[in-house]
Amino acid sequence: MQNRLNLDPKVVRQARDLARTAGQPIVEMAKTHTTVSVERAVLRLAGLQGADPDGMPWVNRLVDAVRETTGLEHGVALPAWDALLSGGYDSLAALAEAAAHGKVQFRLPAGDDALAAKAAASAALSKGIARIDANRAQRQQMIEATSDPPKPWIYLIVATGDIYEDIPQAQAAAREGADIIAVIRSTGQSLLDYVPEGATREGFAGTYATQENFRLMRAALDETSHELGRYVRLTNYASGLCMPEIASLAGLQRLDMMLNDCMYGIIFRDINPRRTFIDQRFSRQIHARAGIIINTGEDNYLTTADAVDAAHTVVVSQLMNEFFGKEAGLADGQLGLGHAFEINPDVPDSFVLELAHAQLVRELFPDAPLKYMPPTKHMTGNVFAGYLLDAFFNLCGVMTDQSILLIGMMTEGIHTPFLSDRDLALENVRYVRDAAGRLGESFVPAPGGFIGRRASQVLGESVDLLRRICDDGLLNAIADGTFGITKRPADGGRGLDGVITRADGYFNPASEILEKEGERGHSTHPASLTASQIGAGQ
Amino acid sequence: MTGNIVRPYGDTTGDGRIQVSFTLPVPFGTPTEKARAEGAAMQLAAKMGLEPAMVVHAKGMGPDFTFFIVYGRVSHLVDLSQVTVVEREFPLLSPAEVNLRIRTGLGRKLVVVGACIGTDAHTVGIDAILNVKGHSGEKGLEYYREIRVVNLGAQVAVPDLVARAKAEGADAVLVSQVVTQRDAHITNAQEMSAAFNAAGPDRPLLVVGGPRFDPAMAASVGVDKIFGKATTPGEVASYLAYALTPDGEPVPAPAAAGGAAA
Repeated sequence: MQNRLNLDPKVVRQARDLARTAGQPIVEMAKTHTTVSVERAVLRLAGLQGADPDGMPWVNRLVDAVRETTGLEHGVALPAWDALLSGGYDSLAALAEAAAHGKVQFRLPAGDDALAAKAAASAALSKGIARIDANRAQRQQMIEATSDPPKPWIYLIVATGDIYEDIPQAQAAAREGADIIAVIRSTGQSLLDYVPEGATREGFAGTYATQENFRLMRAALDETSHELGRYVRLTNYASGLCMPEIASLAGLQRLDMMLNDCMYGIIFRDINPRRTFIDQRFSRQIHARAGIIINTGEDNYLTTADAVDAAHTVVVSQLMNEFFGKEAGLADGQLGLGHAFEINPDVPDSFVLELAHAQLVRELFPDAPLKYMPPTKHMTGNVFAGYLLDAFFNLCGVMTDQSILLIGMMTEGIHTPFLSDRDLALENVRYVRDAAGRLGESFVPAPGGFIGRRASQVLGESVDLLRRICDDGLLNAIADGTFGITKRPADGGRGLDGVITRADGYFNPASEILEKEGERGHSTHPASLTASQIGAGQ
Repeated sequence: MTGNIVRPYGDTTGDGRIQVSFTLPVPFGTPTEKARAEGAAMQLAAKMGLEPAMVVHAKGMGPDFTFFIVYGRVSHLVDLSQVTVVEREFPLLSPAEVNLRIRTGLGRKLVVVGACIGTDAHTVGIDAILNVKGHSGEKGLEYYREIRVVNLGAQVAVPDLVARAKAEGADAVLVSQVVTQRDAHITNAQEMSAAFNAAGPDRPLLVVGGPRFDPAMAASVGVDKIFGKATTPGEVASYLAYALTPDGEPVPAPAAAGGAAA
C-alpha cells in the first residue's frame, strides 16, 4: 500500500507506542487472572459437550462444582482431571454429571497425583488443539480445491432464528455472490453466561451461536463452495460473556471469521471491563491458532456518536484492538479492523471526509483485512436515496482498497431485507466494483489538500486521546466514558463475579500449549503464515 | 365533497399513476418462463387495481424467483374525509428532542432504574430498551445524555427494587417480564406496584413491558404505563420525557392511564 496521505511516520509510531503503553497493564491483568468462561473453554477444547436436562451445559456444571469446592484459583484442569483419574470416570461428561449431583469430592492434587492430572489434561488439550490445527489445514485445502475470491470480499448477513432456515438462505446468498456469510446471533446472547447446546430453531432476531449450529452451517457452505468453485467463508460472533468458549467452538468447527472486539461488550452491553479483557485475550489466542480473522466493532462507535467528531475514537480503538490482538498472537492478516461510512450526508463534503477516514485506516493498517460497514444511521425510509448512499459507500470502499465490504441494504432499519433488497444490493456493489475497480490505483489525494489534512487531523486527535488514556489508565478512561458515551466502571457491569485471581501454580493446559508455541518464535508457528497464505492478503 | 376525493399524482392531476415493486416465486429463465412471469406480474397488478399496468423491469433472482417493477394507473380513489388519525398519548421524539425536553423541563438528569423481577431471568427485553446497543435500529436509554440508567438485571426481589429506586432517586422504574406461566407477569407487576404504593407518596413512575402484556391493562395492574410487543427504546424515552417533565402534558394518574392529573 503506497503512502498517499503523507502521514508523518513519527506520529504513526507514536500512536502505536501509546496504544502499547495503554494496553500493557491490561495484558498483565489478563495474565494474572482467569474467568469461568476461560475455564469452561478449557473443558470444551478437551471435548466436553452436551448439557443437563435443563439445557445447562456440562462445562458450566463442572466448572461450578469445582469452583464451589476447591475454587478456580488453580484452574479447573487440575482438580477436574485429578477427579477423572482417581474416580475412574470414563469421560469428562460422566464426571460432570456426577459432579452436578454432588457426588464428586474435588481436591487440589499434589506430588505425583498433580503430575498425573497435568499429564492427562495436557494430553486431552493437545488433541483439541490438534483438531483446530487440522481445521486450519483443511481450510487451506478447501481454498486450494476451490478458489479464493478477489478482494473486496462481499459480506452478507443471514438471521432467521432457525438454523434450518438460515442454511438455504446462506447458500442462496453465496450463489448470488456473497463471499462471506455472517449468521447474526439472537439478541442478548452476548449476555448469557453459557453457550446454548444443539441445533436451534428459535431466537430473537437472530440464531443462537451453538457448536451444532456452527457445524451444520459450515458443512452446508462447504457443499456450496465446491458447487461454486469459490471458498465461502463463515462468520459468527464471539464478543460477550462467553468469548473464550465461542472462540473455541469456532476453531473446532472451522469458522473463518469471528466478531471479536476488545471493548464492544463493555461499552455496548455493560459487561464488566476486567471480565471482557481477560476473556478477550484467551479467545484471541485461540483465534490466532485457528487462523480465524477477527472482526472488530468500531463501526458501533459511529452509530452512537457523530461520525466526524468521533472519527478519532475509531482509530484509537483500532490501535488498541491491534495491540491486544498481536499480543495474543494474531497476525496482521487476521486483524479485520472495523470502521464505517456513517457521516451525515447533509454535511458538506461528507463523501470526501469518508474517503479521508477510510484511506487513513487503510494506510495505518496496510496488511489488515479491513472490514468496512455501510451506512445505517442516516438510512431513512427513502429507499431510493438509500440506494444512492450505498453506492457511494461501495465506491469509497473500492477506491480505498477496503478488504471486506458488508453490503448495505436500501431497506436498512425498515425490515429484514427482502430477497429483492439483497439482489439489488449485490447489483449495486457489482456495478461499482466492475465500473470503478481500477479507480483506486489513480486515487492520489493532492498533497496538502483537504483529504490529507483531514486524515492528519484525525490521526493527531487520536494521539491526543491515546495520551489522555495513558495518563488515566485504560480502565479509568472507560469508567470516565471515553468510548461511546457511557461510563463503565471497572467494578461494574455483568460478569465480574466470574473473574478469579490466579494463585501460584495456576494450571491451564490450553494456555500452556498456545503460549509455548508462541514463544517458540513466529517462524515455525502457523500464526506466522503470511496474509496471503491464510487467504487474507491483497 | 369533491375536495375530499384525490387520486395518486404522476405527472398530471388525476392521472392515478403509481409505481410498485415486488417479487414472485416464479422462474425467469426460458422465453416461455419469462412470458409467464410477466403475465403473472400483470395479473397481480390488475388485482391490485392497476389498470392499465406496464411491467417496466423483470429480473430473475436465482432459479426460482423474479423481481418486477410495475407502473400503472390505479383505479382506487382516496376519500380524505374517511382518513382517521390514531393519536398517540405522547409525541414520538428524537433522542436530541428527548434530551432537550429533560434538560429544560427537569434541569437535571432523569433517573431510570430497570430490572426483571421475580424469577424471570430473561433480560433480553430490558436490555434491548436500556443497553446502548438498543434494538430495531434505535439506541437504548443509556444512549441518552440526559437519562441516567441503573440496570439491576435479572431476578431482582421487589423490596430490593423499591429500596434501590429510592436510593438512586429514581424518576421512573422500568420492569420487564417475559415469563408468563400462570400469569406470573401480571401478579409480579401487581406485587411491584403495591410495594411502591405502600412505600410512601412520591413513588416513581412505574412502567412495565413484555411481549404478553396488554397495554390497556395499566390501571388494573396498578402501573402508569404498559408497553407491549415490539416496543422500541425511542418510544419508551419519548414517553418518559412526556410523563416526567413539568412542561409536558399531564402525567397520567396511576388509577387511569391516559386520564388527566398532576
